[in-house]
Amino acid sequence: MSAQLNIGVLALQGDWRKHFAILEECDVTPVEVRDPSDLSSIDGLIIPGGESTTMSMLIKSSGLEEPLAKMLKNDMPVFGTCAGMILLASKVIDGRSDQIRFGVLDAVVRRNGFGRQVASFEEEVDIEMIGPDPMRAVFIRAPLVEGTGPNTQILARCASQIPVVLRQRNALGCSFHPELTEDFRLHKMFISIAQDSNNVVLPFSKD
Amino acid sequence: MLEYVNQDDHSDFGISELSTFRVKEGLAEMLVGGVIMDVVDATQAKIAEDAGAVAVMALERVPFDIRRDGGVARMSDPALIEEIQAQVTIPVMAKARIGHFGEAQILQVLEVDYIDESEVLTPADEEFHIDKWSFRVPFVCGATNLGEALRRISEGAAMIRSKGEAGTGNVVEAVRHLRSITRDIRSIGQASQSELYGWAKELRAPIALVQRVRELGRLPVPLFCAGGIATPADCALVMSLGAEAVFVGSGIFKSENPQARASAIVEATAHYKEPEIVAKVSRGLGMAMSGQEVSKLEVRLAERGW
Repeated sequence: MSAQLNIGVLALQGDWRKHFAILEECDVTPVEVRDPSDLSSIDGLIIPGGESTTMSMLIKSSGLEEPLAKMLKNDMPVFGTCAGMILLASKVIDGRSDQIRFGVLDAVVRRNGFGRQVASFEEEVDIEMIGPDPMRAVFIRAPLVEGTGPNTQILARCASQIPVVLRQRNALGCSFHPELTEDFRLHKMFISIAQDSNNVVLPFSKD
Repeated sequence: MLEYVNQDDHSDFGISELSTFRVKEGLAEMLVGGVIMDVVDATQAKIAEDAGAVAVMALERVPFDIRRDGGVARMSDPALIEEIQAQVTIPVMAKARIGHFGEAQILQVLEVDYIDESEVLTPADEEFHIDKWSFRVPFVCGATNLGEALRRISEGAAMIRSKGEAGTGNVVEAVRHLRSITRDIRSIGQASQSELYGWAKELRAPIALVQRVRELGRLPVPLFCAGGIATPADCALVMSLGAEAVFVGSGIFKSENPQARASAIVEATAHYKEPEIVAKVSRGLGMAMSGQEVSKLEVRLAERGW
């Protein structure tokens, strides 16, 4: 087996401490990522929930945009929740025109697409890949996935059939907040993506 | 090519629950590490969003002006709140008077994202705060000490902020409140079960919440800082003292260069552990708002509420 996995958590704004605590429970080494030097040791990255516009500006001002874009292009495993998923998407509606779109998830997302805070909700979501039991999913001013590309897998949909968990190669995104519950199965799935990615030399390169 | 995903109806929330406490507190968690800025019109709201604010507080007058003008301070005009909601994509908060559930009901109809039951406005009830459990919109309340914070949480508040002394540009009261809250949390962490009953009595707070504080080692909801913050260094100070995010009221738009100060305050809050960055962003911001000595104030806003 490989050495201990180091999973970065983008720690500029948002509920990154929740992800950090879950990673500790899952027996990997969490790393706070605030500037480019923090990227050298990580085997994967979590982008937390928060305000995507604020995070986007802080990513730029801290010099993380370019190195992160490069690492993501090279298939570094990444998991974005809510605002994190918005940053990973290829197209954002109702965002700011200058906000970052890393584009590793070929998807169209509408910011706050479910409505304002009064429309925020939680419900049970079935995610076949993590097991038969549904997951309690907490949606807060959540992004609405309005379209996905041919290479984007839809791993789960909510009750109204909107896609809520997406995967493309080593990028995982969900429009809800698994970090706000005690159910770590999506985090474990991400860790295993990161493990596979770091143990196996992929026989193909990204075209 | 992108395939179209049917989204014409997500109104059928058959198995979903709206506005659970987790959902209310969850929004506060999303604001952690960020800055919530007071704005009085759409132009200021735009400046705030451009600078990286995580949310704005829509109000007619910032606390500095409320203090100067005197008189009864009430909830803002709904038209103003709607104008600000139309301008920005980040959450919009608004203030209701302490105990004034009539104002809070209006703010809920307007679908503001958070209601601040605020001592900055003139209290409407000298006996009771709003029953915040009966609302779908989450509430933030001010507190000067742990007992007050836990009483507000018992009434349904999903976020606590220090009261500080709003509109003064003087951070000393916010520091006092934060230190008081975090000191008592640390002491409770060391308390025996029988001492917890004494704490509950002394704090005039429900024993269940006191127990929860001991289990968690922090408040059961996020603790933010408000009241008198005027500089990037103020943000770094209160974040280091245990605040999870900051509210900046008069400090931005009563300063000489609001754009530059707003951006600097956002950077300093995110990077509060890195003094090099706080130093860098503090340069050349122009004059901060003029501050006031707390002992010379005619009205102490922090004494409102109980």
